[in-house]
Amino acid sequence: MGFRQTGVARAMPVLGFVCLFGSVAFASLGSDITSIEADQAHMQASRKILTAAQYTAHEIQSADGMLVREYVSPAGRVFAVTWRGPWMPDMHQLLGEYFDQYTQARQVQSQMHAGRGPVRIEQPGLVVELAGHPRSFVGRAYLPDQMPAGVQVEDLK
Amino acid sequence: MKAHQGILLLLLCGTFALSAACGGGSSAKSTFSLPASGPNVQAISVNLGPAGDLANGVFTSVTVCAPGTSNCQTIGGVLVDTGSFGLRLLSSALTTSLPQQTGAGGEAVVECFPFVSGTTWGPVQTADIKIASEKAANIAVQVISNAFPVPTGCPGPIQDTLQALHANGILGIGQFIQDCGLACATSTSPGLYYTCTSSKCQATTESVAQQVQNPVAAFATDNNGVMLAIPAAPNPEATLSGALVFGIGTQSNNGLGSATVYTADGFGNFTTTFKGQQVTSSFIDSGSNGIFFLTTQITGLPTCSPWYCPSSSQPVSAITMGANGASGTVKFTVANADSLFAVPGAAVFSQLAGPSSGIFDWGLPFFYGRNVFVAIAGRGAPGGTPPYWAY
Repeated sequence: MGFRQTGVARAMPVLGFVCLFGSVAFASLGSDITSIEADQAHMQASRKILTAAQYTAHEIQSADGMLVREYVSPAGRVFAVTWRGPWMPDMHQLLGEYFDQYTQARQVQSQMHAGRGPVRIEQPGLVVELAGHPRSFVGRAYLPDQMPAGVQVEDLK
Repeated sequence: MKAHQGILLLLLCGTFALSAACGGGSSAKSTFSLPASGPNVQAISVNLGPAGDLANGVFTSVTVCAPGTSNCQTIGGVLVDTGSFGLRLLSSALTTSLPQQTGAGGEAVVECFPFVSGTTWGPVQTADIKIASEKAANIAVQVISNAFPVPTGCPGPIQDTLQALHANGILGIGQFIQDCGLACATSTSPGLYYTCTSSKCQATTESVAQQVQNPVAAFATDNNGVMLAIPAAPNPEATLSGALVFGIGTQSNNGLGSATVYTADGFGNFTTTFKGQQVTSSFIDSGSNGIFFLTTQITGLPTCSPWYCPSSSQPVSAITMGANGASGTVKFTVANADSLFAVPGAAVFSQLAGPSSGIFDWGLPFFYGRNVFVAIAGRGAPGGTPPYWAY
């Protein structure tokens, strides 16, 4: 449990945190919050829980430098995932049931654009953004239809 | 502006250090001169590339030899990339047979190397690499091919053809010596290195010395970084010739001159501030084919995915700031990408830009009309402690 306070300014959504050590893993987009605890991955990571008025963000920092935040709605559903780290995260694990949709959309897009730069996949009900460079990747994936009222895309950092 | 002046300025600015008024200490004017020719100078060219379809791609040729032999091949159409590390060549462009790196059990060592725009997959082999009169002896390179099955942990899309990669290879000459570093030597979680049989691959650790190496760092001389010199190009053009110079301050033709040093962090990033938005994941990358920054909501620039498409060209001003406190204003113009691409045969687009949330990616247009230095972490270089950029 994290600290929870009320009367939060939106510009300061992070109110408090708690660190949990041990076997934690990434829960995938669209899954239930219980999957975060239920996940039995073997990575050594610390977890913070950041609470805001409209969501809870579970921040998972692996010992080797990958930072993942999972945004959970009051209904307990992961509606967004963001990441930052020296290599690409396991997209299959992060996107879960949305992975195939993402993969197909990327394949189509990479054939349409001869580009070398950031990637944005916009699909019905799914947005995935990737950017950065080798040794420093950032990205986010979110479900626009599942965003709790009042949450802006810019909040998902 | 010298770095210590930048620090002084930062101190004077105090809490206002992030404001535009305080950040613009350095001249917005960029300095450019073509370097004197020498054994450390390699010709580079912006053109549509060997696939004939890449905007703002800068290419050169490299000579690859089986180690210690005169069995060599020169391959053109290789993308010059200051945003990655190591030489990667399409197997379809490589006719010279190179020795395969093997694991403890004799299996082939194979790499999955993700870029943002796609992943190169293929075996790690060793080669002598010659560029200009410089030579990197017996270093690991990646040969991009489908000779081994792609493991499920390796993210797509896999770019293993000329049509997919838009180049015959990628010459990664950025700020780090290896493409992964210590993380891959101690853990398999980065997901870069595998040992493979013809039917199955398994994640493996890979020692730092065995990893794919930045060829510049492996040169006998001029091995602390590079300088790219590409002239300005206000209008779309078919080709643009420039120079890639090896070494910083090691020869009479590669001194910093009046360039300001901006140091990067351990991930190869510095900070860019635009309209009060401070972007710490900011970098200079000749392998990005536009300037990618922020979103329409912040820039006010409409998009024509994946580019910006303002109805008329818009001036943009941003402040770059190094970890050493040096700061300077960079000005550029964003044109309508659809209009740019309507110019027949053009490959050089100095005003091509697009959105990207969370980063500020100074791609190839940043290099036009500038001398841009890229210093390699762990090496000594004038003007500051690498990794750094100077311009």
